[in-house]
Amino acid sequence: MKEVPLHAIAHSRAGDKGNRLNMSLIPYDPAHYGLLAEQVTAERVLDLFRHRGATHCTRHDLPNLHAFNFVVEEVLEGGVNGSLNLDGHGKTHSFRLLELTVRLPA
Amino acid sequence: MSTFHLGNGAGFSGDRVDAPIPVLRSLIARGGPAAMFFETLGERTVALAHLEKRANPARGYEPMLERLLDPILVDAHAHRIPLLGNWGAANPPAAALAVAKLALAKGLPQLRIGLVEGDDVTPLVAGGQLPVHEADAGLDMGAWSLIAANAYIGAEPLVEALAQGADVVVAGRTSDPALAIAPLAHHFGWRFDDWERLALGAATGHLLECGSQVTGGVFWDPGFKDIPDPANIGFPIAEVTAEGGLVITKPEGTGGLVDLRTVKEQLLYELHDPAHYITPDVVLDITQCRLEQVGRDRVAVHGLRGHPRPDTLKVTASFEGSWLGEGEVSVAGPNALARARATADVLLQRMKLRGLDVRARVDLIGVASVHDDDGGSLWRGYAGPEPQDIRIRLAVEARSRDDADQAAREVLAMLCCGTAGTGGARWRVTPRILTRSHLVLRERVPTRVTTRTAREIAA
Repeated sequence: MKEVPLHAIAHSRAGDKGNRLNMSLIPYDPAHYGLLAEQVTAERVLDLFRHRGATHCTRHDLPNLHAFNFVVEEVLEGGVNGSLNLDGHGKTHSFRLLELTVRLPA
Repeated sequence: MSTFHLGNGAGFSGDRVDAPIPVLRSLIARGGPAAMFFETLGERTVALAHLEKRANPARGYEPMLERLLDPILVDAHAHRIPLLGNWGAANPPAAALAVAKLALAKGLPQLRIGLVEGDDVTPLVAGGQLPVHEADAGLDMGAWSLIAANAYIGAEPLVEALAQGADVVVAGRTSDPALAIAPLAHHFGWRFDDWERLALGAATGHLLECGSQVTGGVFWDPGFKDIPDPANIGFPIAEVTAEGGLVITKPEGTGGLVDLRTVKEQLLYELHDPAHYITPDVVLDITQCRLEQVGRDRVAVHGLRGHPRPDTLKVTASFEGSWLGEGEVSVAGPNALARARATADVLLQRMKLRGLDVRARVDLIGVASVHDDDGGSLWRGYAGPEPQDIRIRLAVEARSRDDADQAAREVLAMLCCGTAGTGGARWRVTPRILTRSHLVLRERVPTRVTTRTAREIAA
């Protein structure tokens, strides 16, 4: 087994609505879809954002597109109108997700 | 029936103003029926436009309107390619007048301008008549004053303007996908209860409404996701057929790319439940969606489904909020991290010593900032290699402008009172705008559509 950051095998884009963040997660190789489904759980993604007060994460699976959509609640410290963060929209968070590591079969 | 070609010329207020030119050129070269739309209105943009309109009743519309239209108006009119936009923002009549004046200057007195009004529902919110959206139930706006409230209206009034022969459609707060649904519904004669066709239109709008985001913008990641010529990304064009076909592509000779990766990223952008993407015209379901690369820079979208539209429209109400004060200084070279951390701690201490009534946050840009929390847990816990160049940023929220200003000036004072080698101070104070979502029954938002020539409007 080899441990790699998601950035090595997948891509992502983040978007906001108010205090809610969504991030896609898309493997470059559709063959990695099952591996991501197994290892990138909503709980692990929520853990990435607990320091910001995130309360909940939902994962929507899109097997036809070989993609996932993560929706994280209460993570934007008030969202674009309330946050003191330079990135009130949370657009940079896709690359925090891509820091998460997964184990690949050797 | 022939293919309809729909181009996008702007994905937000602040987009590249030269982007529409190659899109229009490509639509003309294709030769078939076509339209272009411009999405320039965000939640904050409309609130800022209302404030601008208060200060000057002739303004309050998209500031780049004339600049976007200037290079394309004559050719679009000559080739009967309508241009639609929510560029009216807070003041659609003023935007229509601006388009009329531009048309006269271009020698187009007969250009027809369709004005769509009715999205402003400020009196309903001011009178407390609209329920607050469940997502915002906890927001208390008691202390703040209402700026305005606008309902996200659907495609039907835009279709009416096109039916009246409008060459340019000027609207305010439309939903983003409505700008794409309207020219398609007008051309193909879609009914507004044909959920399958409206879903096709909503998906077209969703994929195109952010401009280059489907053709390589916010996609490229050097060495991992490279795109050709990122300085000249071509904005998107959709090819839609009467049978329900949809292909996403872009103008020839432009940068960027369209492939399965770019389309997947944009399809899921700002989407929550993939089975229920709510628009005023239809609820889009992409759970059965499949994508197919059908040529270079050409991706076909299959399997879109639609469900009946909701009875209510979403309303965004904006309020004059608190004040944001920001200040920044830099340190660099040996021991930069220790100097930056000390600066941060002293700034927070100064807020207390001065008795400033603020909520404060410090970022160490170059160590941790955008991914951090207000307490700075990431930069406080940082244990990586020594950074060589760090910018210290203080941000505060205050009820009074003076407290925000005094807090920001504490950063300036660090030029003399701070650690060795502190420089590059900048500070500013800006008003904040707060927003809250409401719901309104659609029959309470009557729209008005009037289409007149440039000469009539400017008279």
